[in-house]
Amino acid sequence: MRPLDAIGYGLASLGSNRIRTLLMLLAMSIGVAAVVLLTGIGNGARLYIVDQFSSLGTNLVIVIPGRAETASNTPATLVGETPRDLTLADARALARGDAVQRLTPINIGEMNIAWRGKERQVPLVGSTAPILEIHHLQMDRGAFLPEEDMEIARPVCVIGAKVHRELFGQQNALGELVRLGGFRCRVIGVLGSEGRSLGLDTEELVIVPVAFAQMLLNTEGLFRILIEAKDLGVIDRLKTHIKTTIAKRHYGEEDVTIITQDSVLATFDKILKVLTLTVAGIAGISLVVAGILIMNVMLMAVAQRTAEIGLSKALGAGQLQIMAMLVTEALLLSSIGGLIGLGLGFAGSWLAVQFYPALNATPPPWAIAAALGTALGTGFIFSLLPARRAARLDPIRALAGH
Amino acid sequence: MIELREVSRIFHVGGQEVRAMDRISLAIQPGEYLSIMGPSGSGKSTLLNTLGLLDTPDSGAYLLQGQDVTSLNDAQLAAVRSRTIGFIFQFFHLIPRLTAQQNIELPLLLAGVSRRERTLRSTPLIEAFGLSDRSNHRPDELSGGQRQRVAIARAVINKPAVLLADEPTGNLDRHSGADIIELLEGLNQGGLTLVVVTHDPEVGERARRQIRVVDGRIAADVRRA
Ligand SMILES: Nc1ncnc2c1ncn2[C@@H]1O[C@H](COP(=O)(O)OP(=O)(O)O)[C@@H](O)[C@H]1O
Ligand SMILES: [Mg+2]
Repeated sequence: MRPLDAIGYGLASLGSNRIRTLLMLLAMSIGVAAVVLLTGIGNGARLYIVDQFSSLGTNLVIVIPGRAETASNTPATLVGETPRDLTLADARALARGDAVQRLTPINIGEMNIAWRGKERQVPLVGSTAPILEIHHLQMDRGAFLPEEDMEIARPVCVIGAKVHRELFGQQNALGELVRLGGFRCRVIGVLGSEGRSLGLDTEELVIVPVAFAQMLLNTEGLFRILIEAKDLGVIDRLKTHIKTTIAKRHYGEEDVTIITQDSVLATFDKILKVLTLTVAGIAGISLVVAGILIMNVMLMAVAQRTAEIGLSKALGAGQLQIMAMLVTEALLLSSIGGLIGLGLGFAGSWLAVQFYPALNATPPPWAIAAALGTALGTGFIFSLLPARRAARLDPIRALAGH
Repeated sequence: MIELREVSRIFHVGGQEVRAMDRISLAIQPGEYLSIMGPSGSGKSTLLNTLGLLDTPDSGAYLLQGQDVTSLNDAQLAAVRSRTIGFIFQFFHLIPRLTAQQNIELPLLLAGVSRRERTLRSTPLIEAFGLSDRSNHRPDELSGGQRQRVAIARAVINKPAVLLADEPTGNLDRHSGADIIELLEGLNQGGLTLVVVTHDPEVGERARRQIRVVDGRIAADVRRA
């Protein structure tokens, strides 16, 4: 039989039992659509997170007090213990490396802020002027922290847009004195209203000079130090610089953890890739279910078409040809179902993008290939058994049984 | 052209041996018109199926056009069936979803003949068999006689050397039956070897050579003058 004739013959026989064919197409297309849609969403989530990280700048190196238990720099180190504080003096020493572009120490805490009887609790960040650049913060009005020695505990603050709204409403905030914990401090700037940073909503932040924050929070230790390398090429040199400097200052112990954006990014990337694959695998199971359905339906078809198969043999079809005819039918079913599924999957991810524009839920090419491949593969494998049964039918009995 | 030597076929049914063919020897020359008659269960169909390579003997030799076909594998048997044998059945065995023309062309389709060539070969047959106005109808829209005509056209479209018919009139009224037999005889006059299995003496006695099978053996082999 010629390939085109085989396809035409297969389509005609599929068309002669519409309900059965539609059911199988449905099962197949749902399976493929699930693979496409879920991998699309998984991949979109990965791209989203990768994007969020790279907006921080991949030249960034984070120094955290305490040594990570594990050898590699994973996000797990974020919850490590703190044996010896990182101090402002450490930060100052680290700033003297020639690979350092910018450096900023950071402290974080909770504080009450009050103005003319209005009061609320806010996340407080103590830092220095370079954090503006490092974290891509936007100013709405006023000035950011002044460029000056990080040990100066100047009582000024920059407040987030929401803090500004809630304390001052329509009134002018610049130059006003607010009460922060037990201290007075002057508002010198208001942050723009977009973005998250340090895992906090910048709208709700209050930023003060790091030395002032240490006073407010009554601590010597830093939460972390952010260092921006001059370029990607000097990151290794920067890491060595950090290690030797800290070891020198901490009596020979390198008791800090150094996290590069690259390593964090790579870890997240890996986790999300595995997640996407897992989700794709789970969706793939529905394809196998579709395959089993195809097998059952093909077995029924073989039983129903016994006479036709016997006849084909009497008319000169060999076993291989009979098998090829039935496998062709299954492959037609799974490829048509697969294409419908692709359509559904793309429609679904298009819808997802309409609802969550930030999520680029376009399925990756490999997922499309994998879904179609699995559809065809299951169609093929699960039609082999029915096809073999058909091929082995005794033509005399097949023709006699009616 | 066809030669069976001491061919036996034994079925085991419920612990009992049934000799459907018991050391049958038979030679058929090209162009012969032969009928096989005998009581029900005597082994007529088994003999015909063996001649048509649908059934394999348990012992004995079968020479078809000089070739020993008992040792061929499945693909080889299929190829020989496709080239040299045409089958006609009591119950027509047309495929319901295909039109008359598609049913007729089925052997060519299976053999990988191009669409153009198929039409080229089916059109004259359809005309000669008086099916021109029925060629796009499906089997359930055809009368019994028309169905059997379609089946005969299908059997001869691949230009076989032998036409094997198992009770071709068994499911038809007298008139259509006679019609079909005339058609088959016409094909035989064109040189086609014709073997008809029947239990209807009126049909069987028209053949120039008549074989009587009883209990898996050839009880009589008569030639008319
Ligand atoms: N596939 C089979 N399995 C078991 N017994 C069979 C089979 N085919 C035929 N027979 C037996 O062989 C004998 C001859 O059958 P068959 O050739 O169909 O006879 P006829 O066509 O003359 O009626 C019968 O007894 C029948 O029951
Ligand atoms: Mg019979």
